[in-house]
Amino acid sequence: MKAFSYQRADSTAHAAAAAAKPGAKIIAGGTNLLDLMKLQVETPSQLIDINRLPLDKIEETPEGGLRVGALVRNSDLAADPRVRQRYGVLSRALLAGASAQLRNKATTSGNLLQRTRCYYFYDVTKPCNKRNPGSGCAALAGFNRIHAILGSSDHCIATHPSDMAVAMRALDAKVETVNGEGEARVIPIAEFHRLPGKTPEIETSLKSGEIITAVTLPPPPPGVQVYRKVRDRASYAFALVSVAAIIDSTRGRIRSARLAFGGLALKPWRAPEAEEKLADGSANTTTFNAAADAVLDGARGFGGNDFKIPLTRRTLHSVLAETTRT
Amino acid sequence: MAESELTTMEITRRTVIETGTTALLLTTLPRAALAAGPSDDSGPPPPPATVELQINGRSHVLTLDPRTTLLDALREHLALTGSKKGCDHGQCGACTVLIEGRRINSCLTLAVMHDGQSITTIEGLAEGDNLHPLQAAFVEHDGFQCGYCTSGQICSAAGMLAESQQGMPSYVTEDLTHPTAELTDAEIRERMSGNICRCAAYPNIVAAIKQAAGMPT
Repeated sequence: MKAFSYQRADSTAHAAAAAAKPGAKIIAGGTNLLDLMKLQVETPSQLIDINRLPLDKIEETPEGGLRVGALVRNSDLAADPRVRQRYGVLSRALLAGASAQLRNKATTSGNLLQRTRCYYFYDVTKPCNKRNPGSGCAALAGFNRIHAILGSSDHCIATHPSDMAVAMRALDAKVETVNGEGEARVIPIAEFHRLPGKTPEIETSLKSGEIITAVTLPPPPPGVQVYRKVRDRASYAFALVSVAAIIDSTRGRIRSARLAFGGLALKPWRAPEAEEKLADGSANTTTFNAAADAVLDGARGFGGNDFKIPLTRRTLHSVLAETTRT
Repeated sequence: MAESELTTMEITRRTVIETGTTALLLTTLPRAALAAGPSDDSGPPPPPATVELQINGRSHVLTLDPRTTLLDALREHLALTGSKKGCDHGQCGACTVLIEGRRINSCLTLAVMHDGQSITTIEGLAEGDNLHPLQAAFVEHDGFQCGYCTSGQICSAAGMLAESQQGMPSYVTEDLTHPTAELTDAEIRERMSGNICRCAAYPNIVAAIKQAAGMPT
């Protein structure tokens, strides 16, 4: 680990101001950051510990939603009775991620900001445009079983590893931030994570010194909520494909649908065209196929991950069959 | 009572007998060799930080390189070598300890982040010569072969049983709206999935946990 100075933030404003300095990095749960620091993928010169800030509350909003503090631990968010009652897809997604030990430490904001688990991003001896811009992408012609089939570029084919963010994408969550000048901003989760394009090193729309204070969940939309995660082992593994679905249907007729996917792209992948194919449709194979076609429009495999294309189709079929079985 | 790092590093004959030759070996190594974690950088060391940790009911004041993980602080600075370093990347669970009663991976957190907090390690579970019910159950059910993952398994199980009693759900809990989940074999296995056993003693680990939880095994 490279040397750094350690500082505990005594206010959100202090943390944001300190984080704007070159080389400074906020630490919350630290489960991803410290891992990357040990490997010298991350080499901050200053760590600002925000764990003692009062950002650990889950509150009702006037609109009937929930405001989740940036430091609410993944385990506490998953276990909150209001989340379990009204946002089952989020609770399930959180519980599908990592291990109990990690969820006890990992925070809401840190989960959104976690880095890809691309092998080549982790291996500092290999080219990686995300870690070392301009060095190339070793995954393109390397082992790319876990990599993206949607929204990738010639510069980066990594995926975003979060389960939580996929559920939040389906729920149209909003990310609240503040900067060192005390200016607050609300970023729709759709605009929070960025696709790689030519600048895979820029991962979110956060500006320098801007820190997350909360994530707001709008009132839950009508329908059955499901999070389905397909992975190499039954627990404690990242998604090959995951689906967060909120499907409102009755007697084989779908009224509305929301679909977000994990494991497919460098951001939680929402599929509005597929949702349109499902809305006012019959719950049958033809409709499900049309939705899968819409999701996979433009999908591209790189050899090792070609299987994700049919796997996504089959997983979506299964989820839609399950959620419309009434 | 706060005690200095020096005092806690004094190795008594009893400690050597209890912890084996590893602890004895550590006392003969130069200080730099002990700090295996932080010392992999050729740059000048950062200014040290002072932290007070409440470990197993006793206060310890340590002055540490801020890069020191909680696991390294326990093992290398306090000679509490019960918590094991398996992967050092949060993947195996051998380093599991309880902070304020909650299980975490001590390899993925810095000691300085836990100033004033209460930490329970495997050394703090027994009461005198009376083993913790989980320790006794692991012995009775052969919940291990090589034993390297065992202290992490036991600390994790202690945290897991508390989480279950608090009604926290797991990925395999069928009805999330039900406040408590019955602790089935599937629940135990899912909730313990952050602890890897290379010897694959899993069936006996599940049996030991069930016994400690007062369930039929």
